[in-house]
Amino acid sequence: MATRGAFDEIWGEGGPDTPRPEFAALSKWVADTPVTELQRRQQSAEAAFRQLGITFAVYGDSDAAERIIPFDIVPRVFLQSEWTRLCAGLVQRVEAINAFLEDIYGERRILKEGLIPPELIYRNEQFRPEVAGIRPPHGVWAHICGIDLVRTGPDEFFVLEDNARTPSGVSYMLENREAMIRLCPELFRDFRVAPVDSYPDMLLETMRSVAPGNNPKPVCVVLTPGHFNSAYYEHSFLADSMGVELVEAADLVVDDDVVWVQTIAGRVKVDVIYRRIDDDYLDPLTFRADSMLGVPGLIAAYRAGNVALINAPGNGIADDKAIYSYMPEIVRFYSGEEVKLPNVETFRCREPQMLQYVLDNLEKLVVKLVDGSGGYGMLVGPTATKAQISDFRAALIAEPHRYIAQPTLALSTVPTMAESGLAPRHVDFRPFVLTGSKGVNVVPGGLTRVALREGSLVVNSSQGGGTKDSFVLLDDNVPEVAQSQSQSQSQ
Amino acid sequence: MLSRTASALYWLGRYVERADFIARLVEATVRLDALSARPAGEAAWQSALAVTYTDEAFAATGQAMTQANVARFLTLDASHPGSIVRCLELARNNARAVRTALTRDAWTAINRAWWLFQSRTSTGGATQTLNLVEQVKGETRGFEGSIHRMMRNEATWLIQLGAAVERADNTARLVDVKYHLLLPKGERVGGAVDRDQWTTILQTVSAVTAYRWLYSEGLRPSNVIDLLINRFELPRSLAACVEEAVGLLSQLAKRTGLQGEADRMARARMARMQKTQTSQVIVSGLHEYLKAFISENAMLDAAIARQFRFI
Repeated sequence: MATRGAFDEIWGEGGPDTPRPEFAALSKWVADTPVTELQRRQQSAEAAFRQLGITFAVYGDSDAAERIIPFDIVPRVFLQSEWTRLCAGLVQRVEAINAFLEDIYGERRILKEGLIPPELIYRNEQFRPEVAGIRPPHGVWAHICGIDLVRTGPDEFFVLEDNARTPSGVSYMLENREAMIRLCPELFRDFRVAPVDSYPDMLLETMRSVAPGNNPKPVCVVLTPGHFNSAYYEHSFLADSMGVELVEAADLVVDDDVVWVQTIAGRVKVDVIYRRIDDDYLDPLTFRADSMLGVPGLIAAYRAGNVALINAPGNGIADDKAIYSYMPEIVRFYSGEEVKLPNVETFRCREPQMLQYVLDNLEKLVVKLVDGSGGYGMLVGPTATKAQISDFRAALIAEPHRYIAQPTLALSTVPTMAESGLAPRHVDFRPFVLTGSKGVNVVPGGLTRVALREGSLVVNSSQGGGTKDSFVLLDDNVPEVAQSQSQSQSQ
Repeated sequence: MLSRTASALYWLGRYVERADFIARLVEATVRLDALSARPAGEAAWQSALAVTYTDEAFAATGQAMTQANVARFLTLDASHPGSIVRCLELARNNARAVRTALTRDAWTAINRAWWLFQSRTSTGGATQTLNLVEQVKGETRGFEGSIHRMMRNEATWLIQLGAAVERADNTARLVDVKYHLLLPKGERVGGAVDRDQWTTILQTVSAVTAYRWLYSEGLRPSNVIDLLINRFELPRSLAACVEEAVGLLSQLAKRTGLQGEADRMARARMARMQKTQTSQVIVSGLHEYLKAFISENAMLDAAIARQFRFI
């Protein structure tokens, strides 16, 4: 993929000499700060990340058990108007995801109306019949969604993926901002950047709002698989910044359908659990019996309405790649509106006509496993070898229902530190959307991931991607309305 | 506080203290070996292993008893569970598991110490070994400093309690080194080598100056023993460690309401120590006294684990 010609978030389409008019000042800052100075600051940020232990583990890579995610010093920027529009789309989408989950595990109107083929739900590994009929406290399913977006032009935003299970990366949003404030204070003096540091408070408020019963002081905890998990830093960071306990399964015990945490002073009842353990491992009595990470009896306590689980078990059906392609219909079905944030065009290989198109155009498409993640198990047609293409052809013919395909998009770029100086690199973006019993909130910012290799479209941290801070620039004449608040959706 | 958190904090304190002690021990042994007028040589390194109860583990590696080999074994050998590098790793694992109970300073201090020794594989000669242990001592001091800037609550006290229990154990082992370290043939008790050995033990616990302050006479083994066992003024003496554990346990009791067997054991021990006469200890057998102290220390450790419901 050629980088040239892609829309650049700061430089627009014309390159460094003719930046987008709104970002002329920022472009000037980039141009006026010597590259060596930017490099020095970037290295200083990375050294700090290393010392703070902001690391992640790469599975199957024992040599580099702990890595830091490379940090890039040039921020990605949004105008307030762009942000406001994005927010409207995000809120609409997440409300639809919640309505869809409530429906699928309840009445299943959407199946009765024939909008989605039932076998796509019932034969889906992400569908959890174990939680059908359970209504989570306050009817909220997807409390925390990370919606992956890409951009191809000034007004062209597309949703690449909805993450409604345990989306990670929010600690990078916050730590990247801390690093930028320390290393580039002049940016915050010259530009009005919307703050992101309200996120932990908002998250805690979201958790409290969905506590069962009327407990005015619900006990909230973050449940981690432990410090060998790749996202452990984030788990501890979130617990720390909310001032709640970070617990492991061994700290919890379920007795008579009530969840207790074991403290030095004895047991304390737990009301809300932000769990960062996948459904499969959450409760060995309900899901995988061999799980050592889970809490026996947790789902029974949840079913009894004694504890709120964030996010609700069973959410995987909403962010499954096979369901993704129906999202515009899902949004229309529950909201009566057209989708404000469109999907990337998606070919469902399970449908024979689409499969044929995919097979005929493999070298132009990105093919993904519907249940894959982290950049594993995918084919990037334009950069793939002949052998890789023929392997995927065989796999597609053998099990077409396991795959979807999308065109390769000319993802937008942002100036990024390369060995030879600043150069455009492709980015995506993951904002974090919080849903509590009182409505939906989006912190003005998110995680920008950047493909550090020239021309590469793969931004996953496990595949050598990096991150950037994401600025939402506030308009000077507009009061700070960076948050979008929807109508209450609690019933 | 979670029971698991309490346990991890306590062990964090123990492992950092242990890393510091091993560093001091290696430093002392290098000096004993090289700086004394009559080098103690191999015997010095043998005693360093004996004190840490790792002589068999070292023998199992099949390496010769040289300074380079033993120093590497005690400092950088990742396969030896008692090496500095492993102590720091265990300390860091505990710190990671409970990092929400630590300040950023405390966490980065231990994380930095761990990183510093991750890539090291060779201790080099005596000078480099001394530089290395100096670094370890610097890092553990940094950690201790950060602990003193944490909130004065259960988290801090549990780390300090772990350190106090570990330090008592270490000092007892260190004094016992003289039992393991035989004088070379022809050397008499009170002779030059004997004096070097006692001086080195004082150096290990940074107590040479303290000795001069407290005892107006020249170096006498019975005074060194008195200092390390009975003098509350010296932070590393058995008496001071025992007193510190009592204080920390009662602060924990005040805050958490948890009081029990560990408090009773610690207090009884302190009362006994206040009556202990060094001369009697020496007459009835220093080695036996220290052995009993170490096993009593292990019982206190177990009582603490029960009292705070460690899991």
